Amino acid sequence: METGVAILIGLFFTVAVYLMLSKHLVRILLGIAILGNSVNMLIFTNGRLTREIPPLIPSHLYTPETATANPLPQALVLTAIVISFSFFAFLLVLAFRAYQELGTDEVNKMRVAEPENDPTPPQGY
Amino acid sequence: MAGSSVSVDYAEAMITTPIAAGDWLIVAPSLITMVGGALCLMLRKNTDLQPKLGVFLLGLLVLASLGLLIRVLDQGVITMVMGNWLPPFGIAVTADPLGATLTFIGSVVAFCAGVFAMQTVSSSGRRYGFYPFLLLLMTGVCGSFLTADVFNLYVWFEVLLISSYGLLILGNERIQLDGAVKYGVLNLVGTNLFLIATGLLYGIFGTLNMADIAVKVDALDNPASGALATVAALYFLAFAMKAAAFPVNFWLPASYHTPNIVVSAVFAGLLTKVGVYALIRIFVLILPASLEYMADVIGIVAIATLITGALGALAQSEIRRLLGYLVIAGIGSMLAGLAIASSGTQATLAISGAIFYAVHSIIVMTALYMAAGIMGMMGSSFNLRELGGLYHKSVAFAGVFLVLAFAVSGLPPFSGFWPKVMLVDAAFQGGRFWLGAAILVSGFLTTLAMGRVWIYAFWRGGPEGTADGQSVDVTGAAEGQLSSGALWLPLGVLTALVIYFGLQPEWMIELATQGASSVVDPFGYIRSVLGEQG
Amino acid sequence: MRTVIFRTIAPYLAALMVLFSIFVLLRGHNEPGGGFIGGLIAASALAIFGIACGVASVRRAIVFHPMSISGFGLFIGALAGVLSFFKNQAFMTSQWLIFDLFDVEIALSTPLVFDIGVYLVVVGAIGSIALALEEREAD
Repeated sequence: METGVAILIGLFFTVAVYLMLSKHLVRILLGIAILGNSVNMLIFTNGRLTREIPPLIPSHLYTPETATANPLPQALVLTAIVISFSFFAFLLVLAFRAYQELGTDEVNKMRVAEPENDPTPPQGY
Repeated sequence: MAGSSVSVDYAEAMITTPIAAGDWLIVAPSLITMVGGALCLMLRKNTDLQPKLGVFLLGLLVLASLGLLIRVLDQGVITMVMGNWLPPFGIAVTADPLGATLTFIGSVVAFCAGVFAMQTVSSSGRRYGFYPFLLLLMTGVCGSFLTADVFNLYVWFEVLLISSYGLLILGNERIQLDGAVKYGVLNLVGTNLFLIATGLLYGIFGTLNMADIAVKVDALDNPASGALATVAALYFLAFAMKAAAFPVNFWLPASYHTPNIVVSAVFAGLLTKVGVYALIRIFVLILPASLEYMADVIGIVAIATLITGALGALAQSEIRRLLGYLVIAGIGSMLAGLAIASSGTQATLAISGAIFYAVHSIIVMTALYMAAGIMGMMGSSFNLRELGGLYHKSVAFAGVFLVLAFAVSGLPPFSGFWPKVMLVDAAFQGGRFWLGAAILVSGFLTTLAMGRVWIYAFWRGGPEGTADGQSVDVTGAAEGQLSSGALWLPLGVLTALVIYFGLQPEWMIELATQGASSVVDPFGYIRSVLGEQG
Repeated sequence: MRTVIFRTIAPYLAALMVLFSIFVLLRGHNEPGGGFIGGLIAASALAIFGIACGVASVRRAIVFHPMSISGFGLFIGALAGVLSFFKNQAFMTSQWLIFDLFDVEIALSTPLVFDIGVYLVVVGAIGSIALALEEREAD
């Protein structure tokens, strides 16, 4: 089970890196979204996979009856999902605004902050 | 559940003894800024009240972090575990001399920035939420310095990252959107790398508590091999990206000059140092064997960072971009300390040099960006070609800038001198001569770059083209705006600190040494978190 | 998108979703659910209402600015952890207030307050991003 998921995670990373190597901001953002998901799966798999036993304690007991799935990675993944989701939403708005203002989504052409022919500093008075 | 009559022995998993009220000082820095930030967020529309409330809360933060520092120096490392759970089950928040010192200095700088912003941030900037974001940024910064849990560190990193996005695009200008895209994307990739490493670390040890991991790593036969080598390399890449070390530094000069000058000042002072702090915490406390294993790589990265930072500064005519490169050069010095610390015998000296350098860099970079802001107001430009004659406008300001220029270059008698002495001393004693040489060469190049800024912007008579011996009266902001105490007070306080640490370095050296020994020899730290069984 | 059917249904759908989100929020204490997922449902309710009837009417309907809502959520969420200060316990230790109302056991607790805080933060933050995107679409 773990091996299969590990191969899947590797595929996700490959796709994410490939997309992030693109010049276009939209593809980079898609790459980041996939990267976030692959990281989540990685954490989840690192907590070891247990099938079909949710970590819920019946109301009349204080400890679970059998060994259950590890709840900690689920909490970690939930936190990471929340964070990566809100960052993705924010970056999407930012990229859209940048596209409107700068007229391009190609990162090589975004040279407002770093002009291409920046003059050298003065060499004398 | 609640209300049923079954009795359970909570002592196995929970703390049953009462917590001293003074221990609440550990969470106070994050708590004050979080509650205060939320309050300011609700009062966003009230642009008159906001600066007062924001500065008051930042002052409270300074007092709380000072109290925390005094308590840590008095009682040693102190720990509080969230929700009364026993460690390593609960999330621990631990203040050791390293974290407490950086929290205190960071708070002082944030307070100065809050005062400075009363003059430089317009009321529309306030409505966009400058003060809430500044406070929430400090929540993230203080939380990162004080947490004892790796995943929690990731959460605080994200808190400070999301508030830094808010600060970076304050005002919504074209240039800011350009800078924010690069900053945003690269930093998000960096935190994702951090998360990958944390996930792997959890897979190996099944715990996220730093002290617990340190104990478990120490018990391994071969603590630098296999999966841990991958984890260490990923952590180094992730935090180097945060700290803007050489091959992954390009986001910094692309973005730091775009926002409002006070935002640049806070960023230059605090954000990269959080990355350096995380490197020290992870490598010296948790993975000392991997530090030894990676020392050469870290050393090469440090040399490259030192030299490219200083050369980049020489090649810029925009003052704010020039200062951005100086931030990078400073990061190189701290990384050099980390590389020297691997050899063991010099570890305490090297790490205390790096900590002192971090303190110096936090103060001096913030002050320099503030000074650059005032120069921009006086001369209506940030470009060296268009500036000139500022010495005639204000002799005192020219003197302050010269002090800061000497300090950032590492010349005596100012604060940059002592940490460089400690680092170069440790490098030569540890046999890493190239690192010592790189620190000195970088200091020399920085002196040239800063000297040039002073000569062109202050000493010559006017902008480019002014005849020799002539002086032109440059036009700048209105006199009333420039005479505001909100501009000069923070700059004066920071400059006074720079001079004070230069003339009286003893207690800062003592503090840095205590901070260094608390991570180099983590016995006290581990016992504070895990209790006697650790 | 603004067909007659959608515009007629959307207010009812949004109201139902907000109601459901509160149910999910309160259910979250002992069963799957909670503040984050509840907040997401409520934020999507706002988004649907915004697509159908325009962003201006959403802003009118929620009275406060979304960022103020999330500020309030953060405020009560952080303060929920502080109550334990007065009982000499660590930050974020849960405090309970249990009483009977018409023979039904009502358990109020600081985790509940914290969860409501999370709910409001998510509604405010995601809602404001969604509304910002919809506003751009309009012009």
